[in-house]
Amino acid sequence: MEKKQVIINSLKAAFPKTIPIMAGFTFLGLTYGIYMNVSGFSFLYPLLMSMTIFAGSVEFLAVGMLLGPFDPLSALLMTIMVNARHLFYGISMLEKFSDVGLKKIYLIFAMCDESFSINYTAQIPEDCDKGWFMFFVSILNQIYWVFGAAMGGLFGSLITFSTEGLDFVLVSMFVVIFLDNFIKEKNHASSILGIVISVVCLLIFGPDRFIIPSMISILAVLSLLRAPLEKAGEKT
Amino acid sequence: MTMTLSQQIITIAMVVLGTLITRFLPFIVFPSGNKIPKYVQYLGKVLAAAVFGMLVVYSLRNVSIFEGNHGLPELIAIVVVILLHLWKKNMLVSIAGGTVCYMLLIQFVFNKF
Repeated sequence: MEKKQVIINSLKAAFPKTIPIMAGFTFLGLTYGIYMNVSGFSFLYPLLMSMTIFAGSVEFLAVGMLLGPFDPLSALLMTIMVNARHLFYGISMLEKFSDVGLKKIYLIFAMCDESFSINYTAQIPEDCDKGWFMFFVSILNQIYWVFGAAMGGLFGSLITFSTEGLDFVLVSMFVVIFLDNFIKEKNHASSILGIVISVVCLLIFGPDRFIIPSMISILAVLSLLRAPLEKAGEKT
Repeated sequence: MTMTLSQQIITIAMVVLGTLITRFLPFIVFPSGNKIPKYVQYLGKVLAAAVFGMLVVYSLRNVSIFEGNHGLPELIAIVVVILLHLWKKNMLVSIAGGTVCYMLLIQFVFNKF
């Protein structure tokens, strides 16, 4: 097949997967842009920050950092703490990203929660190229986010209709991705551990600090269960 | 605003750098072409399922079970998402259905409490 056709096929397969994120990111991006707008920043800030950082939760945190005292070291450390979950995405994607050429650099740069989840679980059709498919998923998601952030920054104060609850689109998406993976997998140990450990850590450490303890506990328990889980994996 | 423009740029650059570190580190430690250790290969296979569970909890982290609506609208909407997904097996239908259900619940049903 001609290379151009494969690229077009990949875009056609990628776009439908990103529609829920179009809704979620445009809305969350708008919220973020509005937040920057009412905090006194020009729309250039959300525009450039959504292009260069492209990690939702720390972009919201960065607003507070910019309004507080100048402290670059804690800005760096706080970002690493909040984004530490990306380390797990990278470990999971080592093999999937290994043969996609230069696109790999962008794929890693733009690996947000949503792009990771889709690229990890997607069944990529035969007539597509894996690298291009993942590239289009990632870049479409970033376009939605940057668009929303810039619009929010420009017109933030003018929006009046009730969008309350629209951000639930991302919760729904993570539930569907979890469920899809749960149905497909043969051993549910890791899925169940992920939920149970996170809930326990959330109750103990609270919403702002539970991710790191959750990650450490997940890593520890999965390491302890390596022998039985690998055995279970071989049988199937 | 107390920060100067260059201080703002440095602060944003630190956030960019921190994010880059968390995303690129695994690929720098285990470059393609080199053999990935068996233990890391194992983690690459089993971590994602746990991460999807963690992301569900993460996306719900600010829901308070002990006050307000006690997480009831979230719980109902998630049940709707699961039932729709088991029934139709269509990602977009499940996500849109759950979101509309949630918006209706918090805008019209639970707002009186």
